Amino acid sequence: MPRSESTPTDWPDSPELADRAGGWTAAYVHIPFCSRLCPYCDFAVVTGREGDLDRYLFALGAEIDSEPAWKPLDSVYFGGGTPSLIDPTQLARVLEKLDRQFGLAADVEISLEANPEDWSPAKAVALREAGFTRVSFGAQSFEQRTLISLGRRHRPEQGEEAVASARAAGFRSVNLDLIYGSAGEDLARWTSSVERALGLGLDHLSCYGLTVEPGTALHRRVAAGAPAPDPDIQADQWETANALATDAGLVRYEVSNWARPGHTVRYNLAVWAQADFLGFGLSAHRFRGGIRSHNYRHFDTYLEAATAGVPVAGYEEVSGWDRELERLFLGLRRAAGVISGAGGAALGASPEGARLEEAGVIAFDQDRLRVRRPLLTDAASRAVLALPPP
Amino acid sequence: MAHNLADQMVEQFRIRNFCIIAHIDHGKSTLADRLLEQTGAISARDMREQVLDSMDLERERGITIKAQAVRLHHRGGDGRDYVINLIDTPGHVDFSYEVSRSLAACEGALLLADAAQGVQAQTLANAYLAINAGLEVIPALNKIDLPAADPERVTQELVGILGGSTSEVLALSAKTGEGVPALLDEVVRLVPPPAGDPEAPLRALVFDSYYDPYRGVVCYVRVVDGSLLAGDQIRFMATSESHTADEVGVLTPKAVPMQELGPGEVGYLITGVKEIGRIKVGDTVTHARRPAVQALPGYAEPKPMVFSGLFPTDGDDFERLREALEKLTLNDASLQYEPETSKALGFGFRLGFLGLLHMEIVRERLEREYGLDLVATAPSVAFRVHLTSGELREIRSPQDLPEPDYRTSIDEPYVKAMIITPAEYIGGVMELIQSRRGLEGSMHYLSPERVELTYQVPLSEVVFDFFDVLKSRTKGYASLDYEPSGYRPSDLVKVDVLLNSVPVDAFSSIVHRDKAAAYGKLMTERLRELIPRQLFDIPIQAAIGGRIIARETVKARRKDVLAKCYGGDITRKRKLLERQKEGKKRMKMVGSVEVPQEAFVAALRVDAD
Ligand SMILES: Nc1nc2c(ncn2[C@@H]2O[C@H](COP(=O)(O)OP(=O)(O)OP(=O)(O)O)[C@@H](O)[C@H]2O)c(=O)[nH]1
Ligand code: SF4
Ligand SMILES: [Mg+2]
Repeated sequence: MPRSESTPTDWPDSPELADRAGGWTAAYVHIPFCSRLCPYCDFAVVTGREGDLDRYLFALGAEIDSEPAWKPLDSVYFGGGTPSLIDPTQLARVLEKLDRQFGLAADVEISLEANPEDWSPAKAVALREAGFTRVSFGAQSFEQRTLISLGRRHRPEQGEEAVASARAAGFRSVNLDLIYGSAGEDLARWTSSVERALGLGLDHLSCYGLTVEPGTALHRRVAAGAPAPDPDIQADQWETANALATDAGLVRYEVSNWARPGHTVRYNLAVWAQADFLGFGLSAHRFRGGIRSHNYRHFDTYLEAATAGVPVAGYEEVSGWDRELERLFLGLRRAAGVISGAGGAALGASPEGARLEEAGVIAFDQDRLRVRRPLLTDAASRAVLALPPP
Repeated sequence: MAHNLADQMVEQFRIRNFCIIAHIDHGKSTLADRLLEQTGAISARDMREQVLDSMDLERERGITIKAQAVRLHHRGGDGRDYVINLIDTPGHVDFSYEVSRSLAACEGALLLADAAQGVQAQTLANAYLAINAGLEVIPALNKIDLPAADPERVTQELVGILGGSTSEVLALSAKTGEGVPALLDEVVRLVPPPAGDPEAPLRALVFDSYYDPYRGVVCYVRVVDGSLLAGDQIRFMATSESHTADEVGVLTPKAVPMQELGPGEVGYLITGVKEIGRIKVGDTVTHARRPAVQALPGYAEPKPMVFSGLFPTDGDDFERLREALEKLTLNDASLQYEPETSKALGFGFRLGFLGLLHMEIVRERLEREYGLDLVATAPSVAFRVHLTSGELREIRSPQDLPEPDYRTSIDEPYVKAMIITPAEYIGGVMELIQSRRGLEGSMHYLSPERVELTYQVPLSEVVFDFFDVLKSRTKGYASLDYEPSGYRPSDLVKVDVLLNSVPVDAFSSIVHRDKAAAYGKLMTERLRELIPRQLFDIPIQAAIGGRIIARETVKARRKDVLAKCYGGDITRKRKLLERQKEGKKRMKMVGSVEVPQEAFVAALRVDAD
């Protein structure tokens, strides 16, 4: 199926788009506040620290001010935590700072993560006025039982209402996050949840397999004998989601992401294309000039350090062969795959690469290397990361 | 140190040579501690528990592996000074040859029995060894301090084996020291002094040897006739090698050089020989100029009972493994090895062991002391195959079994197994023995409560998991000892295991026909659990010849992907994947299948049922 010929260049899985993203400028802003800690969450979040919001925003501002100038931003992504907990005018001030420091491109995409629980039509309007063009709701499920097992407090209808009000407020792209594989969620329940999500006419859908991360309440539960997610059920669920999303006109462009043409997330595409990107806030990561660095993850330490102008807790130089392998490792997550290059050639020549090819996991197609069985991407990634320099 | 009788030899009537023998853990080494303390052989500062267990492994496992000789000085009840040579022996069945060797250097043996546990299988086995070696056996209870001690019953049991009267049984506690002060007087009184001929040509028995990196081979000797002087020209009678006695001395337990070892004395001899293989334990040392006519009886070399392949995980380590084995055999002459090639595992060695404990210890030493990463294959016994050509061939690995067309029959090794169990468990124990193809049983009551059962059982049925099962069926109360009792014909078949249709030689096993199906089922089920899911389905089959007797499938892995990898995750996720890849290095590629090294061990482990 030589789709590339009939594919417009902004088709979600088009190689042109994937590669073009390497030239984009993107910035990530972390908002760590959450009203409660979800049992599976291992993000850098704080609860009950809303009193420190001003200090946090001040630290964030200091960080932005001290970042060396760059090109105007094509994309800004507010992640968390729960950015939607913050007053839109305060988010607007962060955007102003970014604009002052770097400039914002005329067609800039400004995205935020939101919780249906604290969403309202008024907030939608305010966020639009602040400049946001895209919203991503952590709906997680449209099944009450699943929501409970995930420790979420909102009702399924709140997810629907949130999408409707975002649409009404004029967001250009609306996304939902769903989580599959929580305890007791069978294929039927998952299917109905995905159908209900797609029924809302989404621009973008993210489906994540529930993962048991060390240090989380879920991890402790599983260690104490609660059932861990079953990889076979999760595989079925992923395949179902893929089929339903495709039927609904969405195109899978990454392991866990589907989009309508023109609605892929710029910030993520830039990261997967190994572009430079900026990061601000608690535990934020960035990649500039071959250096990947990250901020402190401990909230008070970050506040102090960022206010003093030294938020960076560590960095590593990614260069030479490592950089080449990382380029593959990141790019292989995309449906568009990655330009083979030296790393791809090494993989093709390795016994492990041959096994993966034989098993239909990877395929070389002219100058590109692709993962054909997305659910086995890590098998390919491990092989890539183990390749010795030529 | 108390007193040094310095460089002069001791008259025989002032010498007593004895060893401590017992079932495992009945307190031999602890009792030796007390005697070392009492005689001042070791200062309080240097004292530690089971001080004679000097190897790291002995200390870690709390067991004696190698016999240890030590010379003590004792002022007897008669006011005279005596030299007492004490040998502490191991109790584990794998090392019973160490007991035999020690006995040959002694006139007496102190037979200990745990006053709570009573007479156990190795108590009995070692008692018989001592009696047959013509030694004076002194029975003693140990651990009389234990609340569960039942001195009367255990005394009766000892008298039942050795005869004599209950008043002759000593009562000791190596822990509290009770009864110990009088013990050496009893040894002096009861153990006969050596009766060698001081004028006869030198005859000294080499009863043990070890390799010292600086001194070369150090022989432990017991002089029987004549005297051995430092500087003597000597000859080893069996190997006909001549050397100079560079140094002779005694162990206190430190090596103390002496000018001379007289008749009846126990000590060490260093000749400058560097290769341990050139000195045979059991050989007789005599003088080159005035040789003895007849060598001492010596003893049979320990025969390996269990064989297993050892392969380096990393093929490049083959030479290092070879060097490590060479070094290891310097101190462990019972270990045998020869090169072996496996289709699945590459180049390695086939090793012969005295038993599973010995195998475990050797493997642990190779991995720990030599930093090797090893895969071990299924332990197997040695079979004898009658070929159509009339030849009788011994095979130590299932891979070496000739095809059915070339053989007429197979013999397997049997052992005489002796089990001591509380009478209430007799039913369960007999059932177990029957299921293990035991024959020619006999039963003997040691006391109304405890029974000794003796059977002929195939070694392969005893040596692996039998003891564990026996323990679990008797709440831990039964004990087991066994000794080789020859070969018998058996209806044996070779079961192969195929991964993805490729036979994996390392998993092949020779089993009795009646047990082949169960074995095949067990192996395929275990491997299904042990082999991680891979990119494709992996059929696991067990087969006899071309006939499949069991089958399982490892289903292909369907999902192997991180849910997310965004800007903040890259370093962490990359490291995670790299770590997982590292973990994969402990995999062996067998054909196109990745098999974790643990699978080779775990699949072949025989658990208690
Ligand atoms: N209560 C008590 N425990 C004892 C006594 N003698 C030894 N033990 C304990 O029994 C255990 C075994 O003692 P060892 O001296 O190592 O026994 P062993 O006979 O040398 O064992 P092997 O050499 O492995 O056959 C140790 O935990 C000792 O502390 C005793 O008289 N009383
Ligand atoms: S809302 Fe999101 S960021 Fe906050 S705790 Fe839950 S999962 Fe974590
Ligand atoms: Mg001991």
